[in-house]
Amino acid sequence: MLSYLNTAFTISIGETGTSFTCRSGEMLLAAMTRLGKKGIPVGCRSGGCGVCKVHIQQGEYVTGKMSRAHVSVAEEKQGYALACRCQPQSDLIIQVIGQMRRITHDL
Amino acid sequence: MPMTGVLRPGHIQLRVLDMDASLTHYVDRIGLLETDRDDQGRVYLKGWDEPDWFSVVLREADEPGMDFMAFKVDSTETLNKLEQGLRDFGCKVERLPAGELKHCGERVQFDSPTGHLFELYVDKDYKGNGLGDINPHPWPEGLKGMKVQRFDHCLLYGDDLDGFVELFTKVLGFQEAEKVMGGPDGQLKIGTFLTCGMKAHDVALIRHEEKNKLHHASFLLRTWEEVLHAADIMGRYKIPIDIGPTRHGITRGRTIYFFDPSGNRNETFCDSYDWYPDFNTIVWTEDELGGAIFYHDQQLNERFLTVVT
Repeated sequence: MLSYLNTAFTISIGETGTSFTCRSGEMLLAAMTRLGKKGIPVGCRSGGCGVCKVHIQQGEYVTGKMSRAHVSVAEEKQGYALACRCQPQSDLIIQVIGQMRRITHDL
Repeated sequence: MPMTGVLRPGHIQLRVLDMDASLTHYVDRIGLLETDRDDQGRVYLKGWDEPDWFSVVLREADEPGMDFMAFKVDSTETLNKLEQGLRDFGCKVERLPAGELKHCGERVQFDSPTGHLFELYVDKDYKGNGLGDINPHPWPEGLKGMKVQRFDHCLLYGDDLDGFVELFTKVLGFQEAEKVMGGPDGQLKIGTFLTCGMKAHDVALIRHEEKNKLHHASFLLRTWEEVLHAADIMGRYKIPIDIGPTRHGITRGRTIYFFDPSGNRNETFCDSYDWYPDFNTIVWTEDELGGAIFYHDQQLNERFLTVVT
């Protein structure tokens, strides 16, 4: 068995029942896209645009820097995070908050 | 063609969430050169072939995005004349002293109808491209990553597109090289590509509900092969790509969009066309917007229209 699979976590998206595996040290959005899974909107993947915002309902995780325009200090304490900047430390159950919000002129 | 007035894009100041990660991205991966730092913690960068001391300034902040974009003008007389024009137009104008940005002379900073801040300046210290002015070699050794030549242009998103075009064309002397028309009767301008020199665009804007958003900051490469090499760098270092390599219909650029470690979109591109002031404005219609933006697959990418900083 490959060593990274020894420390992999299961990420479940509550509403849809979708789940995928995230390696230890991997951002959960990267884990979702790596194998073509869907469920969380994918934007800049760098903590800036906010479209992959999630609420972690159960489980442990750490986060990298995220734009305060999209996750305030208070929200961060309440379990909100950007999936692209969220490293699971256990299995997680999450709810998708962000969306691709097109506010360009309506095409 | 004599070039007068506003000469070219001079610099952009970008907000980044993490300076160390950003320097890895902009210096080691994109290939800009670090040329200075200041006591505010800002870091100054330039493309190898740019003569002046810097063209990109990074500032660490809580939110990504663009602080301002600046244009170099040909003389103090032009600067003073344009400053008066900006005041008459109704812009809020501020003079920033020489040295506020290191190596840069006095700047005239002004707001715009879309809330973006811009600047004009005359002087910036000469740094050179490292090849000298006498019998130079064509390129320097030791460049890193994508080896971009220069900061080239920005695409911005904002609300009052018509006011933005009026400011840039009537006050600053830009011309509209290309535009995108939409709306029920095709009379609503939804995109504009403006030039102050001989490029197809120096600054562009797409109509969007929010003010003061950055869509991308773009860096020039010379060939399609270099664009593909840039894509290899993105794969190798897992830099998130938005779309590409592909071609734009608008401006004809061959391009890749990708994101910096703070979510600011970057572009590396090659190949456009030379613009002369007697050219007609190219018009794109909304019903063909997919191909106007992404010429190969003729489809819009949702992320292109929604993800900004």
